[in-house]
Amino acid sequence: MALAKRIVPALDVKNGRVVKGINFLNLQDVGDPVDTAIAYQNSGADELVFLDISATLEGRTTMIEMIERVSSAVFIPLTAGGGVTDLASIRAIIQAGADKVFLNSAAVTNPDIIRQGAEAFGSQAIVGAIDSKWNDNLKKHQVYVSGGTKATNLETISWAKKMVQYGAGELLVTSMNTDGTQNGYDIALYQALTQAVNVPIIASGGAGKKSDFKTVFKSGHADAALAASVFHYGKIAISDLKESLYREGLVMRL
Amino acid sequence: MSKENPVIVVIDYGAGNIFNVMKAIKYVGLAAKLTKDPSEILAADGLVIPGVGAYKTAMDKINENQLLVPIKKAANNGTPILGVCLGMQLLFDSSTEFGETIGFGLIPGEVVRLPQNTGFKVPQMGWNQNSVTIENALTQGIKNEFTYFVHSYYVKTDPKYIAASVDYGVQVPSVVIKDNIIGAQFHPEKSGEVGLRVWQAFANMVSDKAVNV
Repeated sequence: MALAKRIVPALDVKNGRVVKGINFLNLQDVGDPVDTAIAYQNSGADELVFLDISATLEGRTTMIEMIERVSSAVFIPLTAGGGVTDLASIRAIIQAGADKVFLNSAAVTNPDIIRQGAEAFGSQAIVGAIDSKWNDNLKKHQVYVSGGTKATNLETISWAKKMVQYGAGELLVTSMNTDGTQNGYDIALYQALTQAVNVPIIASGGAGKKSDFKTVFKSGHADAALAASVFHYGKIAISDLKESLYREGLVMRL
Repeated sequence: MSKENPVIVVIDYGAGNIFNVMKAIKYVGLAAKLTKDPSEILAADGLVIPGVGAYKTAMDKINENQLLVPIKKAANNGTPILGVCLGMQLLFDSSTEFGETIGFGLIPGEVVRLPQNTGFKVPQMGWNQNSVTIENALTQGIKNEFTYFVHSYYVKTDPKYIAASVDYGVQVPSVVIKDNIIGAQFHPEKSGEVGLRVWQAFANMVSDKAVNV
């Protein structure tokens, strides 16, 4: 028996509040992270990812308080990150109750932060996050940083391997080519990644319909699929999605 | 002597998931106290050995704080004990993680690395489905259910102690039970509603014991 494929809703957090309209939940206050997280837990989410988009130190502090509150009420794995640059922040996020912290731009500048985090908390707690875009001139996948605004010289697959060598226990890889399109995940990217590294891959970017998830699991060999809008706006209900993937022969936690 | 408000003592040895374990205990309605004080361990109504980290580091901390004697005494007195993940592995005789490290010796068996040649990724990280072999109050809630695992080592022990297991290329014991000593290889505090059933069953054991002393 293989492990169940994971369905992972992603929540944007600003100053300790969930932002981006979430309108399927029918909550009094849609920005409340605890209510939102409970609703996703109850609908069958296998894990939650929180992306901190606060630009200030105060915003970061409130996100850590938010994780503390969410983890007191929600008992599935929690992953958090966004702008994490040092070991002290990793520690604060984990002590608040997150199981994993993801590192993105900071790891490009200073890959040693991955090693430090893995040494202190174990590889299973450190997720390497990559924003990747296919460069048609260079014919390669290129790593972007700073929320996808800045290109680097790094090639995605070799950077993924390097993150794993430094100690990342999992990779969360967003394709900027498919992100926001709702036209399906970047299957070629995940095929290349799952060939290259032996850690779990969370695919992100492009989910629009149920069959996109089937394709990223069956053809892309991803271990987990992350999505935001299709869940937030109620286009796809997680419980229905998991039922239908189960009927397609995938191992799902129902 | 009976107690109205039983307390579950969580052993403080620097493990990673202490806070989530404390939150889960509180969520199912019991008081949780984090300690490395031997007298509090002896007085506990129930003991939890949490665990995320390395076997040797954990044993070094336990020995440094002289916690092994009070834990063993509590075990012999019949105090319900739940070891979670690494905390479950510590209950056994020894582990091969970083050479040979001696454990608590409360359940016969040894802890070895998950084989690399099975085509399964190591660590096992994710949700796997339990097969229950010994049905009781604790395992009935996880029968055929998925729970959340994060580990690179697993327990080899006599089948009579294996109450539930998952298939990961090899048979991985997910719940072990020897009298009042229980181990869960998965994280019940991260396994959703199913995991909370495990915490509730353990809390019930602790409450029943506290009332019937």
